Amino acid sequence: MSQAPTADEALVRIRGLKFYRGSRAIFDGVDIDIPRGSVTAIMGPSGTGKTTLLKLIGGQLRPDAGTIEVDGQDVHALSTRDLYRLRMRMGMLFQSGALLTDLSVFENVAYPLREHTRLGASMIRKLVLMKLEAVGLRGAWNLMPSELSGGMARRVALARAIALDPMMIMYDEPFTGQDPISMGVLVQLIRRLNDAARITSVVVSHDVAETAEIADLIYVISNGRVIESGAPQALRDTGGEWTRQFMGGLPDGPVPFHYPAEDLEMDLFEGHA
Amino acid sequence: MEWLARLGRSGLSFSARLGRANLLMLGMLRGLPQLIRRPRLLLEQLLSVGVLTVLIIAVSGVFVGMVLGLQGYYILSRFGAEATLGVMVAASLVRELGPVVTALLFAGRAGSALSAEIGLMKATEQLSGLEMMAVNPEHRVLTPRLVAGILSMPLLAAMFSMLGVYGGWFVGVGLLGVDEGTYWAQMQSQIDWYEDVVNGVIKSVVFGVVCTWIAIFQGYDCVPTSEGVSRATTRTVVHSSLAVLGLDFVLTALMFN
Repeated sequence: MSQAPTADEALVRIRGLKFYRGSRAIFDGVDIDIPRGSVTAIMGPSGTGKTTLLKLIGGQLRPDAGTIEVDGQDVHALSTRDLYRLRMRMGMLFQSGALLTDLSVFENVAYPLREHTRLGASMIRKLVLMKLEAVGLRGAWNLMPSELSGGMARRVALARAIALDPMMIMYDEPFTGQDPISMGVLVQLIRRLNDAARITSVVVSHDVAETAEIADLIYVISNGRVIESGAPQALRDTGGEWTRQFMGGLPDGPVPFHYPAEDLEMDLFEGHA
Repeated sequence: MEWLARLGRSGLSFSARLGRANLLMLGMLRGLPQLIRRPRLLLEQLLSVGVLTVLIIAVSGVFVGMVLGLQGYYILSRFGAEATLGVMVAASLVRELGPVVTALLFAGRAGSALSAEIGLMKATEQLSGLEMMAVNPEHRVLTPRLVAGILSMPLLAAMFSMLGVYGGWFVGVGLLGVDEGTYWAQMQSQIDWYEDVVNGVIKSVVFGVVCTWIAIFQGYDCVPTSEGVSRATTRTVVHSSLAVLGLDFVLTALMFN
């Protein structure tokens, strides 16, 4: 297992995070450190609160207990103005892309630049084309979101997320529902952008193979807790039984194949199903 | 005792929604300075909320005025008072039907569209996306729609009343033979600027605030699924219509005593 990064190395530092939906604990004392410049993956089965974790890091949700620091700032102690200032240095790629449907590809990527800078039209045009070039969609600048495939929409959203040259990008299930080519493109893009622009990347996913291919560090979450963390290979080799089942995609193990039910014979002859 | 618990839960849920609606209104009002600096955002919404509602308002106004002319003529002629047809048509429209029917039509056309649009923006994470781009969706998306709704309603009501008066004129003067000079002169002398017109405008401004607020809140507060958006649009029309009719009674009682 890898050692936790020091304070200077960690861009995001989560301590004692607790978050409840009603009486159900989504996170019950989670500690996570996300090192600067790395690709860190947060993995776990569906419904473990991976997207919730990104929303907590981005300050869209408030934890019931614990702290989340991003670049040394306690996200939930910030004023609204300071939180928005911090968010200008954070990009987020939503699962759906979250493109503004009434704006073209160009206008979507230009949107944060128009909102937060006073750059002239010519400079904005150059920047937008450069960002679109980085994701391979410069030629699609005049398309509307409804004309894009799912993979293209996510790449446009990625171009928009890097428009303000953020220090970190959070990816929410970037590979879900993608065909193999789009998936391969996204995998390479995430790694390339991370290394070229020295961004810190947080990837939330349950696509084990793709995520493990680009991640430097993986946190595996289940039942509201971090059950293991480390480099992908280390987790495969030395992780616990649960982690190995998850990483290997095994149908049976600590997480049983069968949903809890009565004895089959009893159910067939006397059950209520 | 179960019914008492249910009643309590409903009361708490209603209070919570009312609180959220008020907080949302405060949030939107805080976005006014930004809107003044960027009037283009308002113009875009005036087009979709106001201008695109003109057709249904215009057509309805003409027909309501025609029906008023027809019904008014048959009743007034029994008393030999058909000369006052213009007053009856104008007073009915300016005081009541203009603001109320416009608000009901507005809720059905623009209000439901607002709820659906905002609800879908929520369901497709566009509002969350704006937040994460450090753009306040209440200021950027909702405030222009609120102001556009408030500005549009009195203008649409005025258009409804004006076209209704011409509808009544067409039936009364054009088809039933009421004297044209009497139609207009009676209207001019009997309709009071403050008592009738200004009070009618005040009503439509109040309805504009209420209908747009309800529509925006329902969209913003909806469950972000297709079913949730569908329920939000239905609630917008139902709540707006009930609010308009209830408020109309209160305002009428206050204004015309």
